[in-house]
Amino acid sequence: MAAVTPLLVTRDLCRTFGGLRAVDQVSFSLPEGETHAIIGPNGAGKTTFVSLICGRVAPSSGSVVFAGDEISRMPAHRRVRAGIAYTFQITSVFANLTAFDNVALAVQRRLIDDRARGLSARALTEQGMDALTRVGLAEHAGKVAGNLSYGHQRLLEVAMGLALKPRLLILDEPTQGLSDGEIDNFIALVRQIGAEATVLLIEHNMDVVMALAERITVMEQGRILAQGTPDEIRADNAVQQAYLGG
Amino acid sequence: MPGRAEGGVTRAMANRIKLTPSAKSLALHAGVVLLLLALNFLLPEYHRGVFARVLVLAVFAMGYNLAFGYTGLLSLGHAMFFAAGLYGAGLTVYHLEWSVWPAFAAGLAAGTGLALVVGFLALRTTGVAFMIVTLMFAQVFYLTTLYFTTYTRGEEGLVLPQSSRVLAFPGGALNLSDPSTRYLVALTLFTLVLTVILFLVRAPFGRSLVAIRENDERMRMLGYNVFANKLASVVLSGLFCAASGAAYAVLFGYVGSGFAAIQYSILPLLWVLVGGAATTLGPLIGTLFMFYVIDTASSYTTAHLLVVGLVLIGVILFFPKGIAGTVRGRWLPWLP
Repeated sequence: MAAVTPLLVTRDLCRTFGGLRAVDQVSFSLPEGETHAIIGPNGAGKTTFVSLICGRVAPSSGSVVFAGDEISRMPAHRRVRAGIAYTFQITSVFANLTAFDNVALAVQRRLIDDRARGLSARALTEQGMDALTRVGLAEHAGKVAGNLSYGHQRLLEVAMGLALKPRLLILDEPTQGLSDGEIDNFIALVRQIGAEATVLLIEHNMDVVMALAERITVMEQGRILAQGTPDEIRADNAVQQAYLGG
Repeated sequence: MPGRAEGGVTRAMANRIKLTPSAKSLALHAGVVLLLLALNFLLPEYHRGVFARVLVLAVFAMGYNLAFGYTGLLSLGHAMFFAAGLYGAGLTVYHLEWSVWPAFAAGLAAGTGLALVVGFLALRTTGVAFMIVTLMFAQVFYLTTLYFTTYTRGEEGLVLPQSSRVLAFPGGALNLSDPSTRYLVALTLFTLVLTVILFLVRAPFGRSLVAIRENDERMRMLGYNVFANKLASVVLSGLFCAASGAAYAVLFGYVGSGFAAIQYSILPLLWVLVGGAATTLGPLIGTLFMFYVIDTASSYTTAHLLVVGLVLIGVILFFPKGIAGTVRGRWLPWLP
């Protein structure tokens, strides 16, 4: 395992907004297949960091290497096609389209690139329904996304990510605003996804983090404060002071 | 049993998600075209002339609708694409004595090329800035037609001689100044563009445009090149508008700067809003409706714009999504 090159590597990644160093010299590496959580107080630079990875924000300096390719100058839409999917922190679905049409747009984009399978109504339907079934929304396929409950909209977001069949799925605070029952379902779902894809998770809910993450990175003021297994992080004094509140 | 239920849902979806128009909507559109064909033989001379003009301008509205209705790009400069087609065809007929086919092609090329350049520059902006940039480009185009008044005759315009307005075929020729021929040629162009749009909005490209209108950042993070899709939409929109302009020049034989002025950027917006944005038949309905409102009102009073304004307020009150849009919203959800 040690010889395998990581799926994602960032080197000295920086992003400044005016005088603020939102992400400061972050060197990070993520092996293929891992479920990794990023935690840290508000304003620690977590969302900016993953935005640099998925291309929504351009880096001030440093590099991002995905699957061996340098991608820090690649536009976001091409990174998605290279296998990086991002689900939004603030739910961002097509509110006027049906749940199915939402997912179908993700499937459509992937099928355009899939020369072997090709784009057909049949493939769209099958794979779209497949993604909805995996998150448990199959029976809501025909409903307009804007009319779904908040929890279901979050799941729809994830279904769109899944429909892209990404190698790396970035989940930005996926359980924010969900009820306890919904969170339990969500944990089970991310476990399933984690069996096939690499997952990078930003999360505030420590129960979710401890249940899912194989390794955890703690960020503070744009830097990596600590990194390790859940047990190591729990035992880390600096982390407890900065974040877990003793 | 859940397995079977899922299978049922999948089958139901398979019926619902189609990348081509449904049989019902194909039948409706074929019906509309047949009705328009019949009107050529039923309408009195004056109204046949009005309908021919409306059919050509409805193509302009359909082109505008592609950018505005489906892609959500509120352009205030589409007169330049219409006028590029108009001048591309008109000037080559008038000055270079080209025949209708190559002149029509020149009109299409002018409009499409202009749309490519303007789209490339204007699409760097969004929202209000996009409105202003397109408006400014259209003003530049309008003033250019006035500047070269030696060739364009400005507002006074050029009248294309009847002898030049002949559409040659291997088997014969069509005289475009004949009212019936003119109507049928206009209907042919209208049908062609309507069919393309009908299939386009169901196809993956059309779905992408609507989704870009709804949430372009989401589309980008699904892997779509939003800029390229918008540009393709503007270019195609420019092509349809230019086709309308070029057809107008050769069918009605008049080419003037008035068609490049600001009101011809506002009119397609109005036609589409009245008829129903992002509907296939809305542009025709809106163009026809506005034409007759203005025509009827101005035959009774010189204050016809007052009547037009009142009618528009009424339409907005009772048909907030335009005529076809409201019909779709209330009664016929399958309407494309």
